[in-house]
Amino acid sequence: MFKDIAFGQYYPTSSFVHNLDPRIKLLLTVLFIVTIFFIQTYFSFLVTLVFLIVVILFSRVPVLSVLKSVKGILFLVLFAAIINLFFVSTGEVIYEKVITDWWTFRITWDGVHNSIKLTLRLIFLITGASIISLTTTPMRLTDGIESLLKPLKVIKFPVHDIAIIMSIALRFIPTLLDETHKTINAQKARGAAFDTGGLIKKAKSMLPVLIPLFVSAFRRADELAFAMDARCYNATEKRTKMRKLKLGWRDLIATLFVAGYATFIFVDRYYFLGLDHVLFPGVF
Amino acid sequence: MAVVEVKNLSFTYSKKTPYQTHALTDVSFSIEEGEFFGIVGATGSGKSTLISHLNVLTKIQSGEINVLGLSVKEKKNLKSIRFSVGMVFQYPEYQLFEDTVEKDVAFGPKNMKLDKEEIDRRVKEALNLVGLDYDLYAKRSPFELSGGEKRRVAIAGVIAMEPKILVLDEVAAGLDPEGREDILKLIKKLQKEKCPTVVLISHNMDDIASLADRILVLSKGRVEFLGTPKEVFKNYDRMNELKLGVPLATRIQKKLEEKGMSFSDVCVTADQLAHELKRISAKEAENV
Repeated sequence: MFKDIAFGQYYPTSSFVHNLDPRIKLLLTVLFIVTIFFIQTYFSFLVTLVFLIVVILFSRVPVLSVLKSVKGILFLVLFAAIINLFFVSTGEVIYEKVITDWWTFRITWDGVHNSIKLTLRLIFLITGASIISLTTTPMRLTDGIESLLKPLKVIKFPVHDIAIIMSIALRFIPTLLDETHKTINAQKARGAAFDTGGLIKKAKSMLPVLIPLFVSAFRRADELAFAMDARCYNATEKRTKMRKLKLGWRDLIATLFVAGYATFIFVDRYYFLGLDHVLFPGVF
Repeated sequence: MAVVEVKNLSFTYSKKTPYQTHALTDVSFSIEEGEFFGIVGATGSGKSTLISHLNVLTKIQSGEINVLGLSVKEKKNLKSIRFSVGMVFQYPEYQLFEDTVEKDVAFGPKNMKLDKEEIDRRVKEALNLVGLDYDLYAKRSPFELSGGEKRRVAIAGVIAMEPKILVLDEVAAGLDPEGREDILKLIKKLQKEKCPTVVLISHNMDDIASLADRILVLSKGRVEFLGTPKEVFKNYDRMNELKLGVPLATRIQKKLEEKGMSFSDVCVTADQLAHELKRISAKEAENV
Protein backbone atom coordinates (compact mmCIF):
# COMPACT_ATOMS: atom_id res chain seq x y z
CA MET A 1 0.00 0.00 0.00
CA PHE A 2 1.30 3.39 -0.90
CA LYS A 3 0.20 4.74 2.45
CA ASP A 4 3.48 3.30 3.55
CA ILE A 5 5.51 5.50 1.25
CA ALA A 6 5.25 9.22 1.86
CA PHE A 7 4.74 10.64 -1.59
CA GLY A 8 7.43 13.11 -2.53
CA GLN A 9 8.21 15.17 0.49
CA TYR A 10 5.00 17.10 0.89
CA TYR A 11 4.07 17.71 4.50
CA PRO A 12 0.31 18.12 4.66
CA THR A 13 -0.78 20.96 6.90
CA SER A 14 -2.06 24.47 6.43
CA SER A 15 0.28 27.35 7.00
CA PHE A 16 1.31 30.75 5.73
CA VAL A 17 3.95 29.18 3.49
CA HIS A 18 1.66 26.36 2.31
CA ASN A 19 -0.93 28.85 1.17
CA LEU A 20 1.45 30.97 -0.89
CA ASP A 21 1.04 31.04 -4.64
CA PRO A 22 3.31 28.33 -6.10
CA ARG A 23 4.67 30.79 -8.69
CA ILE A 24 5.76 33.16 -5.96
CA LYS A 25 7.29 30.30 -4.04
CA LEU A 26 9.23 29.14 -7.09
CA LEU A 27 10.52 32.64 -7.87
CA LEU A 28 11.41 33.37 -4.26
CA THR A 29 13.25 30.05 -3.99
CA VAL A 30 15.29 30.94 -7.04
CA LEU A 31 16.03 34.37 -5.56
CA PHE A 32 17.07 32.75 -2.29
CA ILE A 33 19.39 30.28 -4.01
CA VAL A 34 21.04 33.04 -6.04
CA THR A 35 21.42 35.18 -2.94
CA ILE A 36 23.13 32.39 -1.03
CA PHE A 37 26.00 32.45 -3.52
CA PHE A 38 26.65 36.08 -2.78
CA ILE A 39 27.14 35.53 0.92
CA GLN A 40 30.68 36.33 1.95
CA THR A 41 30.66 37.08 5.64
CA TYR A 42 29.81 34.98 8.67
CA PHE A 43 27.43 37.67 9.75
CA SER A 44 25.40 37.10 6.57
CA PHE A 45 25.36 33.38 7.26
CA LEU A 46 23.95 34.10 10.68
CA VAL A 47 21.25 36.29 9.14
CA THR A 48 20.45 33.51 6.65
CA LEU A 49 20.09 31.03 9.48
CA VAL A 50 17.65 33.34 11.26
CA PHE A 51 15.81 33.88 7.97
CA LEU A 52 15.43 30.13 7.42
CA ILE A 53 14.27 29.52 10.97
CA VAL A 54 11.59 32.18 10.55
CA VAL A 55 10.44 30.59 7.26
CA ILE A 56 10.33 27.12 8.81
CA LEU A 57 8.35 28.45 11.76
CA PHE A 58 5.83 30.01 9.41
CA SER A 59 5.57 26.79 7.36
CA ARG A 60 4.68 24.72 10.44
CA VAL A 61 6.81 21.86 9.14
CA PRO A 62 8.72 20.00 11.87
CA VAL A 63 12.41 20.91 11.80
CA LEU A 64 13.17 17.19 11.73
CA SER A 65 11.53 16.79 8.30
CA VAL A 66 13.65 19.63 6.94
CA LEU A 67 16.83 18.19 8.41
CA LYS A 68 16.02 14.82 6.85
CA SER A 69 16.59 16.24 3.37
CA VAL A 70 19.86 17.77 4.52
CA LYS A 71 20.94 14.33 5.71
CA GLY A 72 20.62 13.10 2.13
CA ILE A 73 23.46 15.31 0.90
CA LEU A 74 25.66 15.12 3.97
CA PHE A 75 28.19 12.98 2.14
CA LEU A 76 28.45 15.45 -0.73
CA VAL A 77 28.88 18.33 1.70
CA LEU A 78 31.62 16.58 3.64
CA PHE A 79 33.40 15.63 0.44
CA ALA A 80 33.35 19.20 -0.87
CA ALA A 81 34.49 20.56 2.47
CA ILE A 82 37.45 18.19 2.66
CA ILE A 83 38.52 18.93 -0.90
CA ASN A 84 38.44 22.64 -0.11
CA LEU A 85 40.35 22.18 3.11
CA PHE A 86 43.20 20.32 1.42
CA PHE A 87 43.48 22.03 -1.91
CA VAL A 88 43.13 25.71 -1.13
CA SER A 89 46.69 26.87 -0.66
CA THR A 90 46.39 30.64 -0.31
CA GLY A 91 46.37 32.56 2.92
CA GLU A 92 48.10 32.13 6.23
CA VAL A 93 49.46 28.59 6.66
CA ILE A 94 48.37 26.53 9.67
CA TYR A 95 50.06 23.25 8.90
CA GLU A 96 52.55 22.33 6.22
CA LYS A 97 54.26 19.12 5.23
CA VAL A 98 56.33 18.51 2.12
CA ILE A 99 55.27 15.18 0.65
CA THR A 100 57.00 15.23 -2.71
CA ASP A 101 58.94 17.98 -4.36
CA TRP A 102 55.98 18.92 -6.52
CA TRP A 103 53.25 18.78 -3.88
CA THR A 104 53.21 20.21 -0.42
CA PHE A 105 50.39 19.23 1.91
CA ARG A 106 49.16 22.52 3.30
CA ILE A 107 46.21 23.60 5.37
CA THR A 108 45.58 27.33 5.38
CA TRP A 109 43.15 29.71 7.06
CA ASP A 110 41.62 30.42 3.67
CA GLY A 111 40.98 26.73 3.22
CA VAL A 112 39.33 26.45 6.61
CA HIS A 113 37.11 29.46 5.93
CA ASN A 114 36.25 28.22 2.47
CA SER A 115 35.24 24.79 3.76
CA ILE A 116 33.05 26.21 6.50
CA LYS A 117 31.37 28.65 4.14
CA LEU A 118 30.84 26.01 1.47
CA THR A 119 29.30 23.64 3.99
CA LEU A 120 26.95 26.31 5.29
CA ARG A 121 26.04 27.40 1.78
CA LEU A 122 25.16 23.87 0.65
CA ILE A 123 23.16 23.13 3.78
CA PHE A 124 21.21 26.39 3.46
CA LEU A 125 20.64 25.71 -0.22
CA ILE A 126 19.12 22.28 0.41
CA THR A 127 17.09 23.60 3.33
CA GLY A 128 15.64 26.36 1.17
CA ALA A 129 14.86 24.00 -1.69
CA SER A 130 13.29 21.43 0.61
CA ILE A 131 10.99 24.01 2.15
CA ILE A 132 9.26 24.51 -1.19
CA SER A 133 8.82 20.78 -1.80
CA LEU A 134 7.63 20.25 1.77
CA THR A 135 4.99 22.93 1.52
CA THR A 136 3.75 22.58 -2.07
CA THR A 137 1.91 19.61 -3.56
CA PRO A 138 3.47 18.37 -6.81
CA MET A 139 0.28 19.34 -8.64
CA ARG A 140 0.43 22.95 -7.50
CA LEU A 141 4.11 23.03 -8.33
CA THR A 142 3.32 21.90 -11.88
CA ASP A 143 0.62 24.56 -12.15
CA GLY A 144 3.14 27.14 -11.04
CA ILE A 145 5.78 25.99 -13.51
CA GLU A 146 3.23 26.00 -16.33
CA SER A 147 2.18 29.52 -15.49
CA LEU A 148 5.76 30.75 -15.27
CA LEU A 149 6.71 29.17 -18.58
CA LYS A 150 3.78 30.79 -20.39
CA PRO A 151 5.90 33.49 -22.06
CA LEU A 152 7.73 30.72 -23.93
CA LYS A 153 4.56 30.13 -25.94
CA VAL A 154 5.70 33.00 -28.10
CA ILE A 155 8.52 30.87 -29.47
CA LYS A 156 6.09 27.95 -29.99
CA PHE A 157 7.28 26.06 -26.96
CA PRO A 158 4.49 23.56 -26.05
CA VAL A 159 4.10 24.75 -22.47
CA HIS A 160 0.69 23.22 -21.93
CA ASP A 161 1.66 19.81 -23.29
CA ILE A 162 4.74 19.70 -21.11
CA ALA A 163 2.60 20.65 -18.12
CA ILE A 164 0.01 17.97 -18.79
CA ILE A 165 2.74 15.36 -19.29
CA MET A 166 4.27 16.41 -15.99
CA SER A 167 1.00 16.26 -14.12
CA ILE A 168 0.09 12.87 -15.58
CA ALA A 169 3.51 11.52 -14.64
CA LEU A 170 3.15 12.90 -11.12
CA ARG A 171 -0.39 11.60 -10.84
CA PHE A 172 0.71 8.07 -11.71
CA ILE A 173 3.69 7.83 -9.40
CA PRO A 174 1.63 6.72 -6.38
CA THR A 175 -0.52 4.44 -8.55
CA LEU A 176 2.47 2.69 -10.02
CA LEU A 177 4.21 2.53 -6.66
CA ASP A 178 1.12 0.90 -5.24
CA GLU A 179 1.07 -1.55 -8.10
CA THR A 180 4.77 -2.33 -7.76
CA HIS A 181 4.21 -3.01 -4.11
CA LYS A 182 1.32 -5.35 -4.84
CA THR A 183 3.20 -7.22 -7.55
CA ILE A 184 6.26 -7.62 -5.35
CA ASN A 185 4.04 -9.05 -2.64
CA ALA A 186 2.33 -11.43 -5.04
CA GLN A 187 5.64 -12.74 -6.36
CA LYS A 188 7.12 -12.92 -2.87
CA ALA A 189 4.13 -15.04 -1.89
CA ARG A 190 5.12 -17.37 -4.71
CA GLY A 191 8.56 -17.67 -3.19
CA ALA A 192 10.44 -15.07 -5.24
CA ALA A 193 13.53 -13.68 -3.53
CA PHE A 194 14.58 -10.17 -4.49
CA ASP A 195 17.57 -9.54 -2.31
CA THR A 196 19.79 -12.55 -2.73
CA GLY A 197 22.42 -13.52 -5.29
CA GLY A 198 24.76 -11.47 -7.44
CA LEU A 199 23.99 -8.46 -9.59
CA ILE A 200 22.78 -10.41 -12.63
CA LYS A 201 20.69 -12.74 -10.53
CA LYS A 202 19.19 -9.76 -8.73
CA ALA A 203 18.36 -8.02 -11.99
CA LYS A 204 16.81 -11.22 -13.31
CA SER A 205 14.74 -11.61 -10.19
CA MET A 206 13.15 -8.20 -10.89
CA LEU A 207 11.63 -9.46 -14.16
CA PRO A 208 8.56 -11.00 -12.49
CA VAL A 209 7.83 -7.51 -11.15
CA LEU A 210 8.87 -5.39 -14.13
CA ILE A 211 6.91 -7.28 -16.79
CA PRO A 212 3.53 -7.07 -15.04
CA LEU A 213 4.31 -3.45 -14.20
CA PHE A 214 5.00 -2.52 -17.82
CA VAL A 215 1.91 -4.38 -18.99
CA SER A 216 -0.24 -2.48 -16.54
CA ALA A 217 1.43 0.87 -17.26
CA PHE A 218 0.61 0.49 -20.96
CA ARG A 219 -2.91 -0.62 -20.14
CA ARG A 220 -3.41 2.40 -17.91
CA ALA A 221 -1.94 4.76 -20.51
CA ASP A 222 -4.36 3.34 -23.06
CA GLU A 223 -7.33 3.71 -20.74
CA LEU A 224 -6.34 7.25 -19.82
CA ALA A 225 -6.00 8.22 -23.48
CA PHE A 226 -9.48 6.84 -24.13
CA ALA A 227 -10.91 8.66 -21.15
CA MET A 228 -9.33 11.95 -22.25
CA ASP A 229 -10.54 11.44 -25.79
CA ALA A 230 -14.04 10.67 -24.56
CA ARG A 231 -14.06 14.05 -22.84
CA CYS A 232 -12.87 15.76 -26.01
CA TYR A 233 -9.51 16.71 -24.56
CA ASN A 234 -7.68 18.99 -26.91
CA ALA A 235 -4.42 20.56 -25.89
CA THR A 236 -4.33 23.16 -28.65
CA GLU A 237 -7.43 25.04 -27.68
CA LYS A 238 -7.56 27.72 -25.05
CA ARG A 239 -8.25 25.75 -21.91
CA THR A 240 -9.43 27.16 -18.63
CA LYS A 241 -8.10 26.02 -15.29
CA MET A 242 -9.98 24.39 -12.48
CA ARG A 243 -7.61 25.72 -9.84
CA LYS A 244 -6.87 29.26 -10.85
CA LEU A 245 -3.74 30.69 -9.32
CA LYS A 246 -4.37 34.00 -7.62
CA LEU A 247 -1.95 36.31 -5.90
CA GLY A 248 -2.94 37.50 -2.46
CA TRP A 249 -1.70 39.59 0.44
CA ARG A 250 0.39 36.65 1.68
CA ASP A 251 2.37 36.67 -1.54
CA LEU A 252 3.12 40.36 -1.17
CA ILE A 253 4.34 39.93 2.40
CA ALA A 254 6.46 36.92 1.50
CA THR A 255 7.99 38.73 -1.46
CA LEU A 256 8.83 41.77 0.64
CA PHE A 257 10.33 39.55 3.34
CA VAL A 258 12.57 37.58 0.97
CA ALA A 259 13.48 40.69 -1.01
CA GLY A 260 14.44 42.40 2.23
CA TYR A 261 16.65 39.50 3.15
CA ALA A 262 18.30 39.45 -0.28
CA THR A 263 18.88 43.20 -0.15
CA PHE A 264 20.57 42.85 3.20
CA ILE A 265 22.92 40.16 1.86
CA PHE A 266 23.87 42.24 -1.17
CA VAL A 267 24.39 45.36 0.91
CA ASP A 268 26.53 43.43 3.36
CA ARG A 269 28.61 42.12 0.51
CA TYR A 270 29.14 45.29 -1.50
CA TYR A 271 28.93 48.22 0.87
CA PHE A 272 30.12 47.22 4.30
CA LEU A 273 32.97 44.96 3.37
CA GLY A 274 33.39 42.74 6.36
CA LEU A 275 30.50 43.77 8.56
CA ASP A 276 31.42 40.89 10.83
CA HIS A 277 34.81 42.45 11.46
CA VAL A 278 32.97 45.31 13.04
CA LEU A 279 30.60 43.10 14.98
CA PHE A 280 32.97 40.32 16.02
CA PRO A 281 36.35 42.02 16.09
CA GLY A 282 39.30 39.72 16.27
CA VAL A 283 37.37 36.50 15.74
CA PHE A 284 37.56 36.22 11.98
CA MET B 1 -6.12 -28.16 15.62
CA ALA B 2 -5.68 -24.49 14.91
CA VAL B 3 -3.55 -23.90 11.82
CA VAL B 4 -3.53 -20.14 12.22
CA GLU B 5 -3.53 -18.33 15.54
CA VAL B 6 -3.68 -14.56 15.69
CA LYS B 7 -3.37 -12.90 19.07
CA ASN B 8 -3.78 -9.19 19.82
CA LEU B 9 -2.53 -8.15 16.42
CA SER B 10 -2.20 -4.39 15.89
CA PHE B 11 -0.74 -2.56 12.94
CA THR B 12 -0.18 1.12 12.14
CA TYR B 13 0.78 2.51 8.74
CA SER B 14 3.29 5.38 8.48
CA LYS B 15 3.91 5.57 12.18
CA LYS B 16 4.72 9.01 13.57
CA THR B 17 3.91 10.89 10.36
CA PRO B 18 0.86 12.96 9.45
CA TYR B 19 -0.25 9.99 7.32
CA GLN B 20 -0.46 7.67 10.33
CA THR B 21 -3.43 5.28 10.20
CA HIS B 22 -4.34 2.43 12.48
CA ALA B 23 -5.08 -0.45 10.13
CA LEU B 24 -5.57 -3.12 12.77
CA THR B 25 -6.29 -2.86 16.48
CA ASP B 26 -6.14 -5.80 18.84
CA VAL B 27 -7.33 -8.49 16.43
CA SER B 28 -7.50 -12.04 17.77
CA PHE B 29 -8.89 -15.21 16.19
CA SER B 30 -7.84 -18.67 15.13
CA ILE B 31 -8.52 -20.81 12.08
CA GLU B 32 -9.04 -24.55 12.48
CA GLU B 33 -7.68 -27.16 10.13
CA GLY B 34 -10.14 -27.96 7.36
CA GLU B 35 -12.14 -24.81 7.96
CA PHE B 36 -13.55 -22.48 5.33
CA PHE B 37 -12.93 -19.12 6.96
CA GLY B 38 -14.57 -15.98 5.59
CA ILE B 39 -13.37 -12.42 6.22
CA VAL B 40 -15.63 -9.48 5.44
CA GLY B 41 -15.31 -5.76 6.05
CA ALA B 42 -15.85 -2.46 4.28
CA THR B 43 -13.06 -0.95 2.18
CA GLY B 44 -10.24 0.16 4.46
CA SER B 45 -11.29 -2.07 7.34
CA GLY B 46 -7.91 -3.80 7.37
CA LYS B 47 -8.69 -7.09 5.61
CA SER B 48 -5.79 -6.91 3.20
CA THR B 49 -3.37 -5.83 5.91
CA LEU B 50 -4.55 -8.74 8.01
CA ILE B 51 -4.02 -11.42 5.38
CA SER B 52 -0.68 -10.01 4.32
CA HIS B 53 0.45 -10.81 7.86
CA LEU B 54 -0.43 -14.47 7.37
CA ASN B 55 2.54 -15.11 5.14
CA VAL B 56 4.81 -12.42 6.49
CA LEU B 57 4.49 -9.98 3.61
CA THR B 58 3.87 -7.39 6.29
CA LYS B 59 6.20 -7.38 9.23
CA ILE B 60 4.36 -7.83 12.49
CA GLN B 61 4.41 -4.77 14.76
CA SER B 62 2.65 -5.95 17.88
CA GLY B 63 0.82 -9.10 18.88
CA GLU B 64 1.48 -12.64 17.85
CA ILE B 65 0.75 -14.92 14.89
CA ASN B 66 1.44 -18.62 14.62
CA VAL B 67 1.00 -20.39 11.31
CA LEU B 68 1.09 -24.20 11.56
CA GLY B 69 2.76 -23.75 14.91
CA LEU B 70 5.50 -21.51 13.51
CA SER B 71 5.85 -17.95 14.78
CA VAL B 72 5.99 -15.28 12.06
CA LYS B 73 8.46 -13.36 14.18
CA GLU B 74 11.24 -15.88 13.60
CA LYS B 75 13.18 -15.18 10.44
CA LYS B 76 14.04 -18.83 9.87
CA ASN B 77 10.34 -19.69 9.55
CA LEU B 78 9.80 -17.23 6.71
CA LYS B 79 10.33 -19.62 3.79
CA SER B 80 8.29 -22.48 5.19
CA ILE B 81 5.41 -20.15 6.12
CA ARG B 82 5.41 -18.55 2.67
CA PHE B 83 5.31 -21.97 1.04
CA SER B 84 2.55 -23.32 3.26
CA VAL B 85 0.26 -20.29 2.90
CA GLY B 86 -0.85 -19.87 -0.71
CA MET B 87 -1.92 -16.29 -1.48
CA VAL B 88 -4.23 -15.36 -4.31
CA PHE B 89 -4.44 -11.59 -4.34
CA GLN B 90 -7.07 -9.34 -5.90
CA TYR B 91 -6.83 -9.44 -9.68
CA PRO B 92 -4.14 -12.13 -9.59
CA GLU B 93 -3.99 -12.12 -13.40
CA TYR B 94 -1.87 -8.95 -13.22
CA GLN B 95 1.06 -10.89 -11.78
CA LEU B 96 1.48 -13.17 -14.78
CA PHE B 97 4.78 -12.50 -16.52
CA GLU B 98 6.23 -15.57 -18.24
CA ASP B 99 5.92 -16.22 -21.96
CA THR B 100 4.03 -19.48 -21.54
CA VAL B 101 1.31 -20.59 -19.16
CA GLU B 102 3.38 -23.59 -18.17
CA LYS B 103 6.38 -21.50 -17.11
CA ASP B 104 4.24 -19.10 -15.17
CA VAL B 105 2.58 -21.84 -13.16
CA ALA B 106 6.02 -23.37 -12.56
CA PHE B 107 7.38 -20.14 -11.05
CA GLY B 108 6.30 -20.98 -7.50
CA PRO B 109 7.40 -24.63 -7.49
CA LYS B 110 10.73 -23.57 -9.05
CA ASN B 111 11.31 -21.16 -6.20
CA MET B 112 10.68 -24.08 -3.87
CA LYS B 113 13.68 -25.77 -5.51
CA LEU B 114 11.79 -28.91 -6.45
CA ASP B 115 13.19 -31.23 -9.11
CA LYS B 116 12.05 -31.02 -12.69
CA GLU B 117 9.76 -34.03 -12.72
CA GLU B 118 7.95 -32.91 -9.58
CA ILE B 119 7.50 -29.42 -11.05
CA ASP B 120 6.06 -30.86 -14.27
CA ARG B 121 3.72 -33.11 -12.33
CA ARG B 122 2.49 -30.22 -10.21
CA VAL B 123 2.01 -27.87 -13.15
CA LYS B 124 -0.04 -30.48 -14.99
CA GLU B 125 -2.11 -31.28 -11.94
CA ALA B 126 -2.70 -27.62 -11.04
CA LEU B 127 -3.77 -26.67 -14.56
CA ASN B 128 -6.16 -29.59 -14.77
CA LEU B 129 -7.53 -28.78 -11.32
CA VAL B 130 -8.43 -25.23 -12.31
CA GLY B 131 -10.12 -26.61 -15.41
CA LEU B 132 -7.61 -25.67 -18.09
CA ASP B 133 -6.60 -28.51 -20.35
CA TYR B 134 -2.83 -28.91 -20.03
CA ASP B 135 -2.21 -29.86 -23.65
CA LEU B 136 -4.23 -26.94 -24.95
CA TYR B 137 -2.92 -24.22 -22.66
CA ALA B 138 0.60 -25.14 -21.55
CA LYS B 139 2.44 -23.52 -24.46
CA ARG B 140 0.24 -20.48 -24.92
CA SER B 141 1.15 -17.01 -23.73
CA PRO B 142 -0.78 -16.02 -20.63
CA PHE B 143 -1.32 -12.56 -22.12
CA GLU B 144 -3.50 -13.82 -24.95
CA LEU B 145 -6.00 -15.61 -22.68
CA SER B 146 -9.37 -14.23 -21.59
CA GLY B 147 -9.77 -12.59 -18.19
CA GLY B 148 -11.32 -15.65 -16.58
CA GLU B 149 -8.66 -17.96 -18.02
CA LYS B 150 -5.87 -15.67 -16.83
CA ARG B 151 -7.28 -15.76 -13.36
CA ARG B 152 -7.36 -19.55 -13.45
CA VAL B 153 -3.72 -19.63 -14.55
CA ALA B 154 -2.81 -17.34 -11.65
CA ILE B 155 -4.68 -19.55 -9.21
CA ALA B 156 -2.99 -22.63 -10.70
CA GLY B 157 0.35 -20.91 -10.04
CA VAL B 158 -0.49 -20.81 -6.34
CA ILE B 159 -2.06 -24.29 -6.24
CA ALA B 160 1.07 -25.78 -7.82
CA MET B 161 2.94 -24.88 -4.64
CA GLU B 162 0.56 -27.21 -2.80
CA PRO B 163 -0.04 -24.88 0.14
CA LYS B 164 -1.61 -26.12 3.36
CA ILE B 165 -3.69 -22.96 3.69
CA LEU B 166 -5.16 -21.15 0.71
CA VAL B 167 -5.90 -17.44 1.13
CA LEU B 168 -8.06 -15.75 -1.51
CA ASP B 169 -8.65 -12.00 -1.65
CA GLU B 170 -11.80 -11.04 -3.60
CA VAL B 171 -11.17 -13.85 -6.02
CA ALA B 172 -14.39 -13.36 -7.98
CA ALA B 173 -14.08 -9.57 -8.39
CA GLY B 174 -14.56 -8.22 -11.89
CA LEU B 175 -15.82 -11.46 -13.43
CA ASP B 176 -19.17 -11.90 -15.16
CA PRO B 177 -21.87 -13.85 -13.26
CA GLU B 178 -20.98 -17.12 -14.92
CA GLY B 179 -17.26 -16.66 -14.39
CA ARG B 180 -17.97 -15.81 -10.77
CA GLU B 181 -20.02 -18.96 -10.30
CA ASP B 182 -17.28 -21.04 -11.93
CA ILE B 183 -14.51 -19.60 -9.77
CA LEU B 184 -16.49 -20.20 -6.58
CA LYS B 185 -17.20 -23.78 -7.64
CA LEU B 186 -13.50 -24.14 -8.31
CA ILE B 187 -12.64 -22.91 -4.82
CA LYS B 188 -14.98 -25.49 -3.31
CA LYS B 189 -13.39 -28.20 -5.43
CA LEU B 190 -9.90 -27.10 -4.45
CA GLN B 191 -10.84 -27.26 -0.80
CA LYS B 192 -12.13 -30.79 -1.20
CA GLU B 193 -9.30 -32.16 -3.30
CA LYS B 194 -6.19 -30.19 -2.57
CA CYS B 195 -6.15 -27.72 0.24
CA PRO B 196 -8.68 -28.21 3.04
CA THR B 197 -8.13 -24.91 4.87
CA VAL B 198 -9.34 -21.87 2.93
CA VAL B 199 -9.51 -18.21 3.91
CA LEU B 200 -11.74 -16.14 1.66
CA ILE B 201 -12.16 -12.38 1.62
CA SER B 202 -15.30 -11.25 -0.14
CA HIS B 203 -17.68 -8.34 -0.42
CA ASN B 204 -20.44 -10.64 -1.54
CA MET B 205 -22.40 -11.75 1.50
CA ASP B 206 -24.26 -14.44 -0.47
CA ASP B 207 -20.99 -16.11 -1.48
CA ILE B 208 -19.59 -15.90 2.02
CA ALA B 209 -22.81 -17.19 3.62
CA SER B 210 -22.99 -20.25 1.40
CA LEU B 211 -19.28 -21.10 1.50
CA ALA B 212 -17.86 -20.19 4.89
CA ASP B 213 -17.99 -22.23 8.08
CA ARG B 214 -17.13 -19.17 10.15
CA ILE B 215 -16.97 -15.48 9.35
CA LEU B 216 -14.79 -12.73 10.78
CA VAL B 217 -16.26 -9.24 10.42
CA LEU B 218 -13.77 -6.38 10.56
CA SER B 219 -14.70 -2.76 11.08
CA LYS B 220 -12.08 -0.02 11.23
CA GLY B 221 -9.41 -2.57 12.05
CA ARG B 222 -11.30 -4.17 14.95
CA VAL B 223 -13.11 -7.48 15.18
CA GLU B 224 -16.85 -6.74 15.05
CA PHE B 225 -18.22 -10.28 14.88
CA LEU B 226 -16.75 -13.75 14.72
CA GLY B 227 -18.93 -16.81 14.28
CA THR B 228 -20.97 -19.00 11.96
CA PRO B 229 -22.86 -17.24 9.15
CA LYS B 230 -26.10 -17.55 11.14
CA GLU B 231 -24.52 -16.01 14.23
CA VAL B 232 -23.09 -13.15 12.21
CA PHE B 233 -26.05 -12.34 9.96
CA LYS B 234 -28.62 -12.33 12.73
CA ASN B 235 -27.10 -8.92 13.53
CA TYR B 236 -29.12 -7.54 10.66
CA ASP B 237 -29.05 -3.86 11.60
CA ARG B 238 -25.39 -3.72 12.58
CA MET B 239 -24.30 -5.42 9.35
CA ASN B 240 -26.22 -2.80 7.40
CA GLU B 241 -24.67 -0.03 9.48
CA LEU B 242 -21.23 -1.38 8.55
CA LYS B 243 -22.24 -1.02 4.89
CA LEU B 244 -21.80 -4.75 4.39
CA GLY B 245 -25.42 -5.88 4.37
CA VAL B 246 -26.69 -9.42 4.72
CA PRO B 247 -27.32 -12.22 2.22
CA LEU B 248 -30.37 -11.92 -0.03
CA ALA B 249 -32.08 -14.82 1.75
CA THR B 250 -31.78 -13.02 5.09
CA ARG B 251 -33.10 -9.83 3.53
CA ILE B 252 -36.17 -11.64 2.15
CA GLN B 253 -36.70 -13.29 5.51
CA LYS B 254 -36.62 -9.89 7.21
CA LYS B 255 -39.19 -8.50 4.78
CA LEU B 256 -41.45 -11.49 5.37
CA GLU B 257 -41.09 -11.06 9.12
CA GLU B 258 -42.16 -7.44 8.75
CA LYS B 259 -45.27 -8.74 6.99
CA GLY B 260 -46.05 -10.90 10.01
CA MET B 261 -44.44 -14.24 9.25
CA SER B 262 -42.40 -15.82 12.02
CA PHE B 263 -39.35 -17.99 11.47
CA SER B 264 -37.65 -20.26 13.95
CA ASP B 265 -34.12 -19.55 12.74
CA VAL B 266 -32.06 -17.07 10.70
CA CYS B 267 -31.69 -18.10 7.07
CA VAL B 268 -28.52 -17.14 5.24
CA THR B 269 -28.82 -19.16 2.03
CA ALA B 270 -31.60 -19.75 -0.47
CA ASP B 271 -31.72 -23.41 0.53
CA GLN B 272 -32.26 -22.60 4.18
CA LEU B 273 -34.97 -20.08 3.36
CA ALA B 274 -36.75 -22.52 1.04
CA HIS B 275 -36.57 -25.14 3.74
CA GLU B 276 -38.03 -22.80 6.37
CA LEU B 277 -40.81 -21.66 4.03
CA LYS B 278 -41.71 -25.27 3.24
CA ARG B 279 -41.89 -26.07 6.94
CA ILE B 280 -44.08 -23.05 7.60
CA SER B 281 -46.49 -23.82 4.77
CA ALA B 282 -46.70 -27.47 5.89
CA LYS B 283 -47.56 -26.25 9.38
CA GLU B 284 -50.22 -23.93 8.01
CA ALA B 285 -51.72 -26.76 5.97
CA GLU B 286 -51.89 -28.81 9.14
CA ASN B 287 -53.67 -26.01 11.00
CA VAL B 288 -56.27 -25.46 8.30
